[in-house]
Amino acid sequence: MLNPVDIQQRLDRILPRVRKPGRYTGGELNQVVKDWDKIPVRIALVFPDIYDLGMSNLGLAILYDLINQRPDALAERAYSPWPDMETAMRQADIPLYSLETKHPLSQFDIIGFSLPYEALYTNVINALDLAGIPIFASERSENHPIVIAGGHATYNPEPMHAFIDAFVIGEGEEVIQEIIDLYQGWKSNAGGREELLASLARIWGVYVPSLYKDHYEADGTFAYIERLDQRAPLPVFKRIAARLPPPTTNFIVPYIDIVHNRIPVEIMRGCTRGCRFCQAGMITRPVRERPVAEIVTALEEALAKTGIEEIGLLSLSSSDYTQLVQAVSERFAGRHLAVSLPSLRIESFSVDLMDALKNTRRGGFTLAPEAATERMREIINKPVSTAQLLETARAIFSRGWSTIKLYFMIGHPSETLDDVQAIVDLCKAVLAEGRRLIGGRAQVTAGVSTFVPKPHTPFQWVPCDRIDQIHAKQDLLKKGLRGKGLKLNWNNPEETMLEAWLSRGDRRLAEVIYRAWRNGARFDSWSELFRYDLWLGAFARTGLEPAFYTHRERPIDETFPWEHISTSVHKKFLTEDYLWSLQGKTRVDCRERCFACGILPNFAELRRDNPGDVWQCPEVKSKRIRIRDLAPAGEMIHL
Amino acid sequence: MRLRIIFSKTEAMRYTGHLDLYRTWERTLRRANLPLAYSQGFKPHPRLTLASALPLGFTSQAEVMDVWLENNLPIDQVERALLRALPPGLQVEQISQVETQAPGLQARLVAAEYLVTLNQPYSDLDARLEKVLSVASLPRERRGKPYDLRPLILDLQRQTDDPEGCQRILMRLSAREGATGRPEEVLLCANIDPLAACIHRTGLNFVD
Repeated sequence: MLNPVDIQQRLDRILPRVRKPGRYTGGELNQVVKDWDKIPVRIALVFPDIYDLGMSNLGLAILYDLINQRPDALAERAYSPWPDMETAMRQADIPLYSLETKHPLSQFDIIGFSLPYEALYTNVINALDLAGIPIFASERSENHPIVIAGGHATYNPEPMHAFIDAFVIGEGEEVIQEIIDLYQGWKSNAGGREELLASLARIWGVYVPSLYKDHYEADGTFAYIERLDQRAPLPVFKRIAARLPPPTTNFIVPYIDIVHNRIPVEIMRGCTRGCRFCQAGMITRPVRERPVAEIVTALEEALAKTGIEEIGLLSLSSSDYTQLVQAVSERFAGRHLAVSLPSLRIESFSVDLMDALKNTRRGGFTLAPEAATERMREIINKPVSTAQLLETARAIFSRGWSTIKLYFMIGHPSETLDDVQAIVDLCKAVLAEGRRLIGGRAQVTAGVSTFVPKPHTPFQWVPCDRIDQIHAKQDLLKKGLRGKGLKLNWNNPEETMLEAWLSRGDRRLAEVIYRAWRNGARFDSWSELFRYDLWLGAFARTGLEPAFYTHRERPIDETFPWEHISTSVHKKFLTEDYLWSLQGKTRVDCRERCFACGILPNFAELRRDNPGDVWQCPEVKSKRIRIRDLAPAGEMIHL
Repeated sequence: MRLRIIFSKTEAMRYTGHLDLYRTWERTLRRANLPLAYSQGFKPHPRLTLASALPLGFTSQAEVMDVWLENNLPIDQVERALLRALPPGLQVEQISQVETQAPGLQARLVAAEYLVTLNQPYSDLDARLEKVLSVASLPRERRGKPYDLRPLILDLQRQTDDPEGCQRILMRLSAREGATGRPEEVLLCANIDPLAACIHRTGLNFVD
């Protein structure tokens, strides 16, 4: 096997020949290099796409920092090489290596993949292959690393079950520590791999797919999951941190331009808005906020360590940031610092907030109405009136912005071409306001993505639009949104199909993913590299019907292949919310009223131990919690 | 105040391109807590000027940059602050103060010196270099435009081999605006693979 010195020598020869060699060198400011031989647990954190994207991933930055703070563990980084580098590496027999010490990935104890979205799946297989680690979990032995994956896509881990030894469901900050502790104990006892996997499965938030078996009905729908080891949990509950730990401030400063050149700080985790299409909003509950003082202190520290010129305040939805914005703008005034906020509420007060930041760089102002008619917005539970949107647009243009970016989705349940036409009309109405206020400088950019129904959401039952429907809708948009001051961005419908197949897939899709990779699929999220035909070919070879996963309206009582993974939001709540959407019934922000989604009953103890504003859920005082305490009588629909 | 910093660019930093190097310096000066001056206007940018872009993959011991600070500070204080903030691959060789109104670096640059270390030996290296120098013109093309490389070669000679016995070549090439000789082009004229060589910039020459 190659040692780090061999790898470095071979790299020196190939790096001058590849694009953006700075992706492959490591050695950046603030990277952590430990003495390999003295550290018992070695973890490679892998983002299965290029460095430029992976370095912008906050989740991995947090884990890197937490692991490296332990004296008994080390974390190093690896990313997918771009195809030119992959070719060069395969020619020179260089295995996938870590940037810090150039160790082959196969020499690590644990490989941790980040899987925020489905289009990375073939890259995971490719990374394992490049590392010389058996692709299938069942073929790995004691001599191979344990392969772990976490991230939002793993809330439905089944399509990747064959390649991953253990999934981390939920938040990683605490569970990673328990995994390291367990691994260290196992390593010193020289135990078997099966024993390790069985113990991992007993950690809250860890799902070991090899301990379960899938069963199907005659019609091909999912029947049930069978536990092969009675000690394995069923269901597997997601992990959460009761209180958000202080933000990470040790960011690596890249030598090259990456996707987000900013210091990211999560100001809040979870979301109370309840948009029905939004998986993140359902799986990251409950809402936990960070105190303003803690955020400001962390920013100060991170700026001193990195010198980075932009900060990104991250959260899923906008809440009342007044205090935070005030604190940030006071503390960092005059430092030539750009501050980005998460998408803001559609109300003119948001413009005051952005104004208060006095950003030196003033790009476009982004709003996400998601749908253009009030009917549609009621169905998706994002009730904003068109009048309110136009009023906000007026405030934006009159306060000095010339570009408004509007985010929409097509393909919402029951959407018609009229609803799509309404997107065109609304964009034009916003532009007209801009013209009136600032003249020809006004610009409206519409970003229109295609809705993909996701597991664990109220829309997990609904069919995804067919390609021909998407084309018809996009044609309408392209025809309507042309001309001066208008710009339209959309997604390739074939890439949407891939996301749709994999999002609600079952274990049988593992073979499709494997075959697609064997056929050459990789970097599926890159339009220039995505090959739809390879995927259709893979489906054909396995005999599975793609439309089964995407275009079928699932019966309300269907059992889903991801139900043994519990987000703690009850299926009953999701079902009710789905039925409400059909009636156009909306829910208010759950800060105003608890709808008993299931988080509190499941995490009652955690909530009781963490009272006050740490969570935005109601307090739990008594030992037992009754659902009827949470929702006013008469509001529940019993199914 | 206006500072002139001579610095080295080595290790992984050699794969940091020109624009990314500006950003790296901006961040370094910010970490050093030095009062970096910014331009006025809609999109303020830091007042930094690099004398010459160093091609990707080359190392250097003689890069030159001018930096404007908002107020005057003792040079040794600037140096101490910078040393603490430098990222791996950047080293400060020399710092001096220059007149705020002094002419710009790029306009005064005339030539650059390179030391090329060959990964593999050529038994006829001297002959190859002589052949390059013996011709009156070396027609080449860069980005679709034809030019003559020969007048841009001011000096080209074999150096004593390095301690590990690798062959080395010294070049001095014109670096005037619109008349810049590139060391890899010179190597190509001598039939030497530039990708099998380490190119290191040893000096930048300016007119007064």
